[in-house]
Amino acid sequence: MSNREPVPFAQWDEPEGEWTLPGACPVRSNRTLMLEAAARFLFPTVLVFSVYLLIVGHYAPGGGFPGGLVAGLAFVLRYIAGGESEGAEIGSRFVVRPPVLMGLGLLVAVVSALAPAAFGAPVLASAKVSFDIPLIGTVDLVSSLLIDIGVYLLIIGVVLDLLRSLGSGIERDAREAAGEEAGP
Amino acid sequence: MLALVVAHLVVAAVLPLVSRRSRRAAFGVAAVLPAATLVWGFAHLDAALGPGLEETVTWSAALDLELGFRLDALGLVMIVLVGGLGALILAYSAWYFGKDSRDAPRNSALLLAFAGAMLGLVLADDLLTLYVFWELTSIASFLLVGQGGLHRANRRAAVQALLVTVFGGLAMLLGIVFVGESAGTYRISEIVAAPPPGGVAATGVALILVGALTKSAQAPFHPWLPAAMAAPTPVSAYLHAASMVKAGVVLVGRLSPGFADRAEWWVPIAVLGLVTMLIGGWRALHETDLKRLLAFGTVSQLGFLMVLFGSGDRIGEVAALTMLLAHGLFKAPLFMVVGIVDKVTGTREVGALSGLGRRLPGLAVAAVLAAASMAGVPFLLGFLGKEAAFEAFVHQGGARGWVLALGLLAGSVLTVAYSARFLWGAFADKPGVEPVDPRRPAAGLLAPTWTAAIAGLVLGSVPPLVNALAQPYAEAYPATDATEADYHLALWHGLSLPLLFSVVALAGGLALHVGRDRITGVHRALRHPLSAQRGYETAVAGLERAATQVTGRVQVGSLPVYLGVLLCTVLVLPGVALVTGGTWPQDQSLVSSLLQLPLGLIVVAAALALTRVRRRFTAVLLVGAIGYGIGGLFVVDGAPDLALAQFLVETLTLVAFVFVLRRLPAHFDTQNGTGSSPDAKPHRGVQLRKAALATVTGVFVAVAGVVLTGARQQPPAASGEFVARAPEAGADNVIAAILVDFRALDTVGEITVLLIAAAGTASLVLATRFDRKREAGGGTPEHEREVLG
Repeated sequence: MSNREPVPFAQWDEPEGEWTLPGACPVRSNRTLMLEAAARFLFPTVLVFSVYLLIVGHYAPGGGFPGGLVAGLAFVLRYIAGGESEGAEIGSRFVVRPPVLMGLGLLVAVVSALAPAAFGAPVLASAKVSFDIPLIGTVDLVSSLLIDIGVYLLIIGVVLDLLRSLGSGIERDAREAAGEEAGP
Repeated sequence: MLALVVAHLVVAAVLPLVSRRSRRAAFGVAAVLPAATLVWGFAHLDAALGPGLEETVTWSAALDLELGFRLDALGLVMIVLVGGLGALILAYSAWYFGKDSRDAPRNSALLLAFAGAMLGLVLADDLLTLYVFWELTSIASFLLVGQGGLHRANRRAAVQALLVTVFGGLAMLLGIVFVGESAGTYRISEIVAAPPPGGVAATGVALILVGALTKSAQAPFHPWLPAAMAAPTPVSAYLHAASMVKAGVVLVGRLSPGFADRAEWWVPIAVLGLVTMLIGGWRALHETDLKRLLAFGTVSQLGFLMVLFGSGDRIGEVAALTMLLAHGLFKAPLFMVVGIVDKVTGTREVGALSGLGRRLPGLAVAAVLAAASMAGVPFLLGFLGKEAAFEAFVHQGGARGWVLALGLLAGSVLTVAYSARFLWGAFADKPGVEPVDPRRPAAGLLAPTWTAAIAGLVLGSVPPLVNALAQPYAEAYPATDATEADYHLALWHGLSLPLLFSVVALAGGLALHVGRDRITGVHRALRHPLSAQRGYETAVAGLERAATQVTGRVQVGSLPVYLGVLLCTVLVLPGVALVTGGTWPQDQSLVSSLLQLPLGLIVVAAALALTRVRRRFTAVLLVGAIGYGIGGLFVVDGAPDLALAQFLVETLTLVAFVFVLRRLPAHFDTQNGTGSSPDAKPHRGVQLRKAALATVTGVFVAVAGVVLTGARQQPPAASGEFVARAPEAGADNVIAAILVDFRALDTVGEITVLLIAAAGTASLVLATRFDRKREAGGGTPEHEREVLG
């Protein structure tokens, strides 16, 4: 840190650290420290909250759809703070292609819907297992939670796809259009 | 049976993992299941030939939907073709596709998936079950003909096959619904036992027939089958000779016991079948590509089978089942022979092949066995079938019987001629043509070919074997006299008219072959004013033109016009219903909670302000305010689940809007392009009309909201029942119980729609990028990567 070049006065408030996980943010003047720092702390918290919403859905307002939307909004926040990244790795270094996530969600939902047929029950029938966990109390585990998980995954995929197409896609379009106008 | 079908599909899904290790092993693994199916089928021989082996899986009792399967004699014969020949062709494929072929992983998985779908089709005893597998085979055919989509010929052929067969399939679905609803059951065995009378059922039967005729490539739908020869040879051998194209014939065979005496059933089958047999045979005489020659031969034989299965005659049906088996056992090895010829010489052209018979005598003998069966030479299975067919129609007599008998005789003459032409074209020494210098074919290619050809010889030499299969099937048709009741397949029926027919067919066919040059001259001289292929092309081009015109008229590209049309429709249709049939509820209070007032004011104020703003961004924010206000109203009314969803969706919509706004002008006024100045105001009259429409629609929606909530027909106890049963579903939250349990099917449907919408949006935004930039072009690897994510 000691042999760093002095920062010009006009850029003294531009952030330099890698606050967001994907890190890449080429235009330094477009960065905002507050948003990046907030996203850094909010992102995991909101994700945990989304999982809470997913699970609590059976007892209180929540479920796969709101949970997925909340998780999606966490990625939106990350996208807005972190700037453009190549669609797939928005929000993390862990690369999942949005269409794959959507397909996985639908697969989980459909398979869990068809699974009861293999046990001789009608399609979409659900089973419930209750067990006691010390300190927490009785917990019901319902097979229809799987459908909710499918919805949750699919919604996250939809939001990520939105970021990919309307977010990065349009951004790139705009840049290319600007480049064409500036060019010969 | 369902387990067997599902096993095919599951193994097909994991087959790419095996392919990664070894492509040959993948085909080997794939061949195991069809072979096991064959063994399973014969393990249940007694049940299949007797009462039939049934299995029903009721997967949705509430909707009365079930998967029904039944193994009977016809199913068993098709298992021989689908399972037995399937295993042989998969083994053949292991050597046909090279060790490092990039097409091999796709083909092994798709062929096995197709085998599963086809197995489901031939075993299905429920019309809807049958339809599902029917379309699955069409899709498998599309993918297998299209291959990697690299070649134009493959793509065109795949699209043609898909369009024609799916057109027929959709007509069939409508017909299935007609027949099923008028019969009160979708069970084939029950429908056939008590065929529904009436005009609706007759229309349904005719529509089902359209499906059967297109799938089995009957005139005038036949050109897709020769075009599909663009597929690799094992695919052609399996789908377009041995199994898939038989689906239509099999369906006719399944339904004939119930409908064979109806004119709307047997007349089109007999006429089109006969015409197809003659057209196919005639065209096969002039093809120079061995594979296309066989394809037209298949078209011809399918016409023959169609006539037999639709005959509704005891002997005719014995002939039908025998020919069904025979055709698979001679056409599959013939295709495999073409594949080998193609592999070892590099050509399939009749004009380029010479002297192959002397270089590869083993291959030639196998081809002769198969082709002789096709021609109907004694001691081969084809002979037994053809004898029975002649016997059936000669015995039936009358105008119908004689026309069909003589028509089939003419078709058989052509069959013999093109069988001879095939053998001559592939193996004969031709003067003036350089003899070919073939490589040695791999044993893995020869063994399956020989096995299938020998099977035809064995079954043809020992008639009681096939007789045991064919008789139980034909017993569904009443025997009219002692001759029919006593008919058995045999090599020698004594000196009789059918034997004379066989001799005439062989002699006439050979004579035609000797005079082939003159025949081809006649063919050239005919101008062909009618061409089924041209008909198909005209129809497709016309559809595309019509679509372009309609799109040009309807899609004017103006958002206000689209919105106007939508809103006017809403006003006209539900609006009229509301005015005529709606009643204002008695107990409607203006305000139920004081908190509603400020929230309502926010919504109204935002809506009013929205009409005055000039900046798009402000408008988006105001729309958001309206949404949040409504979410607040949900909270006040005690619907936290709804409010939560509303707030989240509103936020996401806002974000999506802002993303899009980056590419739109900041002000509404500049929307007319660069020509108009920023402060040019829209026309006053237009504004007034828009305002009027918006006001009327808004009032309508509000009134409809109040009236519809009062128009409850069921007592609200229905939702009380939900509340009471929610803990039973393991949910203390009744909303969750409704979403994922009571109404789970709706939820799954909705997320499917959501997925399609998201995929559509991504495609629209990303896929058009490269089209706009001409130099980059669609279909580049970068483009593909981007669209796929």
